[in-house]
Order: sequence, then C-alpha cells, then structure tokens
Amino acid sequence: MLKLLKYALYDILKSRFAMIYTVFMILVAVSIYQVSDDLSKVSLSLMNIMIMIVPLISAVFATTHFYNNLEFIELMLAQPVKRSHVFLSQLFAVILMLSLSIMIGFGLPMLLWGADTSLITLLAVGVILSAVFAGFAFLASVLTRDKAKAIGISLGLWIYFSLVYDGFVLYLIYSFADYPLEKVTLGLVMLNPVDLGRILMLMQLDISALMGYTGAFFQKFFSSSMGLLIAGGTLALWTLLPNLFAMRVFKKRDF
Amino acid sequence: MISVKNISKKFGKLQVLKDFNLEFRLGNSYALMGPNGSGKTTLIKTILGMVMPDEGEIFVKNQPIKGSHSYRQYIGYMPQIGRYPSNMKIGQLFSMMKDMRPEIKDYDLELVEAFELDQMKDKAMGTLSGGTRQKVSATLAFLFSPDILILDEPTAGLDPIAVEILKAKIKRERAAGKLILITSHIMSDLEELTNQAVYIFDGEVYFNDTIESLKELTGEVRFSPAIAKLMQWTLKKKVTKREMSHVETT
Amino acid sequence: MKALRVSIFFLLCLIGSPEVLANTIRINPGQSIQKAVDRASPGDTLIISEGTYKQFGIVIRKPLTVIGENYPVIDADFKGNILIVATSNLTIQGLKLINTGRSNMDDSAAIKFFDSKDCIVRDNILENTYFGLHFSNSSQLTIINNKISASALREFEVGNGIHLWKCKNSYIGNNEVSGHRDGIYLEFVTNTQAKENKIQKNMRYGLHFMFSHDNSYIRNTFKNNGAGVAVMYTKNVLMKENRFEENWGSSAYGILLKDISDSEVVGNIFLKNTVGIYMEGSSRMEFTNNTFRENGWALKLMASCDQNTFKANNFTQNTFDISTNGSLVLNTLTENYWDKYEGYDLDKNQIGDIGYRPVNLYSVIVEKIPAAVILWRSFMVTLLDRMEKIIPTLTPDEMIDESPKMKPYDFG
Repeated sequence: MLKLLKYALYDILKSRFAMIYTVFMILVAVSIYQVSDDLSKVSLSLMNIMIMIVPLISAVFATTHFYNNLEFIELMLAQPVKRSHVFLSQLFAVILMLSLSIMIGFGLPMLLWGADTSLITLLAVGVILSAVFAGFAFLASVLTRDKAKAIGISLGLWIYFSLVYDGFVLYLIYSFADYPLEKVTLGLVMLNPVDLGRILMLMQLDISALMGYTGAFFQKFFSSSMGLLIAGGTLALWTLLPNLFAMRVFKKRDF
Repeated sequence: MISVKNISKKFGKLQVLKDFNLEFRLGNSYALMGPNGSGKTTLIKTILGMVMPDEGEIFVKNQPIKGSHSYRQYIGYMPQIGRYPSNMKIGQLFSMMKDMRPEIKDYDLELVEAFELDQMKDKAMGTLSGGTRQKVSATLAFLFSPDILILDEPTAGLDPIAVEILKAKIKRERAAGKLILITSHIMSDLEELTNQAVYIFDGEVYFNDTIESLKELTGEVRFSPAIAKLMQWTLKKKVTKREMSHVETT
Repeated sequence: MKALRVSIFFLLCLIGSPEVLANTIRINPGQSIQKAVDRASPGDTLIISEGTYKQFGIVIRKPLTVIGENYPVIDADFKGNILIVATSNLTIQGLKLINTGRSNMDDSAAIKFFDSKDCIVRDNILENTYFGLHFSNSSQLTIINNKISASALREFEVGNGIHLWKCKNSYIGNNEVSGHRDGIYLEFVTNTQAKENKIQKNMRYGLHFMFSHDNSYIRNTFKNNGAGVAVMYTKNVLMKENRFEENWGSSAYGILLKDISDSEVVGNIFLKNTVGIYMEGSSRMEFTNNTFRENGWALKLMASCDQNTFKANNFTQNTFDISTNGSLVLNTLTENYWDKYEGYDLDKNQIGDIGYRPVNLYSVIVEKIPAAVILWRSFMVTLLDRMEKIIPTLTPDEMIDESPKMKPYDFG
C-alpha cells in the first residue's frame, strides 16, 4: 500500500497540474496579501477563493486523474496487490497533492507575512474540502464508464453543494420564518460539507455577528466541545463516506 | 493450471461470456482467437481478476481466484496498450513492479538487455514512443519468470527486430514449460508461437484443441486459411444460431 | 481640576508635616474606627495601620483625612455599609474595603456619601462589595484610582460599581470596575467628567446614564460587559477616544443611544461588538473619526433617528456595516472609509467617484430572519448581494455615502 502510494504520489507531484495549481494558489495568496491591509481581510478574501475554487478544482482534477490513470490502474490490478490498496493509493495521492498545493500555495505566503488562527483554520478547511470533493469525484468516476459523464456528475455535485443547496435552505428559512428554525437550520448545514467548512470560518471571522440573537445559538453550538465534536464528526463522515462508497464500488467494478 | 468453470458475464444487456468452460494446462501455448468483441479480452481480464464474473469460478493452480490477489504473482501480463504514469521513469516503474513482488529476488533481465532499456532508465514514461512502451510492457511481463504468461497482442507496434526478439523469448519460455496465452490478429505469429487454438465467438468457446486437429477439421494445411474457414462457419452459425446451438466445444 | 490640584497639594502637606495644621490619630487593629472618628476634630488626619478591622456602619460627619497604611482591610462581614459619609472636604485614601452587606433594601455600599461636597476618594481597593462607591446629592467629588471588583454570578445579586445620583461637577478618573451590575451608573448627574476608567466584565452595562447632561467621557475602556454601554434621555454629551470592546450577546451593544441629542462622539474605537452603535430616537449627533472594526453590525440606525452626521469614520471588517428598520433616511453619511467599497477613483482625489451603499441586502434578511445568518458568506448570498448592489430593491436607496474615502484614515 505505502509502496503503491509512494509511486503514485511521485508521479502526481511531478505532474504539470500540481505545479500549475500550486503556482496559482501562491499567486492568489500573494496578490491578496499585497492588496489587503490586514490579516482578517486576507483570510476573508482567501476564504471566498477557497470555498469556491478548491472544491471545483478538486472535483475536476480528481475525475480527470482517475480516467487518465485508468490503464495504469488496470496494470496495477493485474499485479499481486489488493484492489483496495490500488484504489487507496490513487485516492491518497490525489488528496495529498491537492492538500500540499493548498498548504504550500497559501501556507508559504502565511509563513512570510504572518497568519492568525483564522488562516490556520482556512488551511484545515481547504484540506478537508479537497478530500471531500476528491471523494465525490472518485465516486462519480467509479460509477460511470465515461469521463465526460463523470466530470459532469462532479461538477453537478459542486454546483449543488456550493450554490443550489444554500438557495434551498434560504428558501426554507424564508418560508418558515415564523417558526423557530435554529435547530433545523443547524441540521441542514450539517448535510453540506461546504457549509460546514464555511461556518468554521465564520466562527473566526464573524464571531461578533454570530453572538447576536439567533447567532448565539450557532455560536454556542460550534464553540461547545459537543458541537465541535458533532461538526468535526460530520465533516469526517463527509470525507469518509463518499470515499468508502467509491472504494466499495471500485472493488467490484469491471475494468 | 487455469480452469475456467461455467463463467457467465453480462455488460448491461450484452452477454459477453456464456457459461464458459476452458482448461489451460502448463506446458502449452494457447492462441486465443475470435473476431472483435467476441470476448477474448473479457476472458483475459476475468482471469486476471479485473472483471468479476456474474457466475462461475476460475481456478489458478487449483485455488479459486475470487477474493484472492496473491495468485497474480504467477501471471505475467502484457496489456494490449500499456499506459503508464507519464512522469514516472522507466527505472522507477521497474522498481515499483519489483516492490510489488517482494518475495521474488531473481529477475529475468534477458529482455531488459535485448531491448536496451537500461540505457533509458531515466526517461519518463510520458516521453516514450508507443513501441518503446510495448517493449517495457513485454519486459515487465517476463521480469519475474512467471509460470503463466498472458500476452495481449504482444507484437503490435513493435519494430521487426523487437518482434523477433520477443518471439524468440516466447518460444524459449514455452520450451521451458510455461503456460502461455496469446491473442493476436497476426496469424503467422500465432502459428509460430502456439500449439493450441481457442476460438471464441459470441461469448462461447467454438473451438478448443490442438492446431493440428484444427487443420484436420477444416481440411486446410495451413493455419491461416483454417482459421478463415472456422470464421465462415461461425458466421453461418450466427444466422442459424438456434439450430446450431448443439455445436458445443469439447 | 483646579480644586483637585489644590486639595491634593493640601493633602500632601498634611502627610508631610502632620503636626503643622491638625492632629494625627493612629488606629491599630482591634481599635474602633468609629470611636477614633468621633474623637477627632474636623481637619484631623486618621491613619489606619495595616491589619484587619471587622467593622461596619462607620459614620463620618466631619471633614477628615482618612489614610490607610499598606491597605488595612475593613471587613464588614456581609453586614450593611462600611463607611457612611455626609460632610465636606473628606479624603479617603488607601483602604481595602471588603464584604459589604448583600441587601438591596438599603443598597449596601463600601462607601456611601449623602449630601457631601468636595470629597476625594482615591487609591482604594474594593472587593466583594454590593455597591462600590455610592454618592447621592453630592458635588465636587473626585473619584480616582480605585479598584472596584465584585464576583456575583447574577445581575440582581450585585449593585453598581460607581453610582452617582443627583451629583454635579465631579471627576471620575482612572478607576477599574468589574463584576458589578453597572460599572459606572449616573442618574441626574451634570457637568461631570469620566476619564480613563477601565470598566470590564460587569453584569449589565459598563456605563449607564440617564438625564445626565453636559458630561464628558474621555479615554475610558468598556470591555466585555454584559450588554455594553447604554445611555438615555440626555443631551450635550461628549464621548471622546473611548474604547468599546467585545460586548457580545443578543442585546449587547458597544453603545446603545436612546433619546440622546446634540452630542458628539469623536475618535472612539468600537471593536468586536455584536452591535457597535445602536441608536434610536437620537438627533443632531455628530460621529467623527471613530473606528468601527470587526463588529457584527457597526451601526444599527433606527428610523426614529434624524439629523445625525457620520463623517470621516473608518468601517473595517464589520460583518455588516449598517442596518436600519425603515426606508426613510434622515441622516447624513459622508467621507467615511468603508473597506467593502469597490468603487474607483479616476480623478485621484482619494474620494471614490461613485457612492457607497452600506446597507447590505443580507443584513435586511438577517434582521427579519435571524437564523439566516448561518448562510452568510456562502456563494449564493454573495451573488444575491452583488445583484442588490446593482439594482437596489430591498435596501434604502438614500442610505448612501456619496463621498467614500479610498483609503482608511489614520487616527493613530
């Protein structure tokens, strides 16, 4: 497993995409650091990029990578190694590469110009979202036999979680404004990993507003150890479930 | 050595393999033939565990392969088109393959030398020509001196010199008593390299016997026309399939 | 101020050469402070030696100078007031007063002044008091360098730190108040200055005043109080260079202004409050050179406010800059710096060429449906806001700063 990962990682880290992605992240971070006059503005701008771009790139790249490596995966499968190991080595390689790009791309400027807790949180959120959307992409890839279709599904999931879902929640909140909705809303955001990541950032950036009337409920929840455990657990599930499901399918899939 | 027992496989609505039974024995070299889409590749992939059969079982060295991966160490597989991670160097690819079989310490480096791959150790796979990549695939298949060799279109894309080197190597392995499975569209190669012919058509085994008996059956002296005749028969069979369904293979 | 200086000078003379003008009486542990007070003549100095005095209800009705040596502890053991004063020219200095009664029937206090004049309370430490310093109907008071703290868990279990009722011409400076109900409470107090006090972690308000005209509040820090600062029904107030920090909660404000008029709010810093300034029924106020930073809402400006001017303030990193409850806008915003401003400055005069609308669509939605705050900063909400910026529908059209600054002001 580790041997497979070593080689998969070696290949992916040397790929042109990894370079471009990292350089892109560095450019984004550097320009934001240059333009903004203080750290929380930096994390605000970086967060907007992160929430949008990272899931998108993770989803598209992971799908493309899977299909580009299909023949190699087949070759691996003809070797005396476990199928799950082949799958996991590919998956971890993708996740590690995406995470490293974020860590280097955003982390280096942070080392250079300073960071605060919100920026550290941002890095963690980026890594988690990469893993979640790589999972979605692998799932889409193993479920279909057509690269275009798989990319379509990955993009669909991205649009759904970044835009459509929130619209639905807002509509719901708006329609039932007369009812106490805090718990329902809380439950609903748990069902969206992008929202969860975003709220972890809100806890850092908009703590003052979150202390307002209803906000205090969210603030209390997300700053209590129980709430953090639930939020962390849910994010972990979001990371694990698509990946595990994709692995199950992969183990039975025909190549 | 390899027994394929009652294997059926559907891809969607398409029945690719129908209640398939075959026996491949050590010391023989099998030519796996059939028109495009007849199920050759599916059969090979099923043996390699890349395709899961809907029904039936496959035994390699008398062990069922279901849920097992270790049996693959006995198989050297050369795919039709070998694609490799483009940033990986040849040397790394080889050490990775070696890493996957840590218990094997003796490597068959004959082809490495013959194809002069040593001098290209540091070339990235992505920069190689199709022919060179085939050389790499072939070399990898033989590297661990496996008992079973499955070669999918081994000579396609190779230059004439390399073809000769590879053919000589296959012959030597065959003489050494290995089990060899070859698919190819080049009849002369098959005639040269194999002693057994398996003809698959429409998911069923249509013929499975020695090349000699094939020639006898068809009344042809040469291999190529014999196969052509076989093909014509199968096409007729397709038209009158129901009536001919009793024509089962041995 | 002059009176203060004179009295401090006077005091220094007294300490330096006690035998010149009056007698000095020393009190040691075990002796009754009340008896010493009764024995003393007006103008005498009472020196209380180091130690613990379990005494309470000490009444002083003559001008004296009471000085503690190395902070002698007067422990009322939770029974009533400690010192009760009704006189003039009294100085109380260097005492540690602890454990007043808990009753709100007589509003137990560490020191309680009635009808007094020209009194100085300085350098005292008050711990675990119900009311800290309590003044009624007094004037020319100097209250400086006191440390007042209580440790109640609930609002009704404790009184105010510094409490003035019907007082005038006083100075409250450099005090630290924590753990009380209101840090500083002023009712019917006029011509008074509160300067450089540190008011933190009080149950209710850091500063609370009503009907207290012509006062000024300068360089005070109000931090982490239950509901921030609330001031009402007052005119002609100057608030300058104060800090309002970390007042968090559903009804917590950096400062709540209710029916305040003709006042100035200058150079203050509002940092990390749920609401920086909440104002209703307030008129003719001028807000200049203030910094609003990292607040949930920098300003909540109710439609009942009119003729207020916000000029040359910095608004940075607030979740929402301004929210309001009506469409009518009778206030002026001008030359402020808004970090969310995205306009341009082609003529390079440091003023943006197009106006800035500080009312965010989503803040209107959050105002109506608080639970919606959870979707803030999502892609969808950002899109909604962009659309609203181009074609305002829900946000008041006239709430606009026509001359937004391109760069933040440097207030030092």
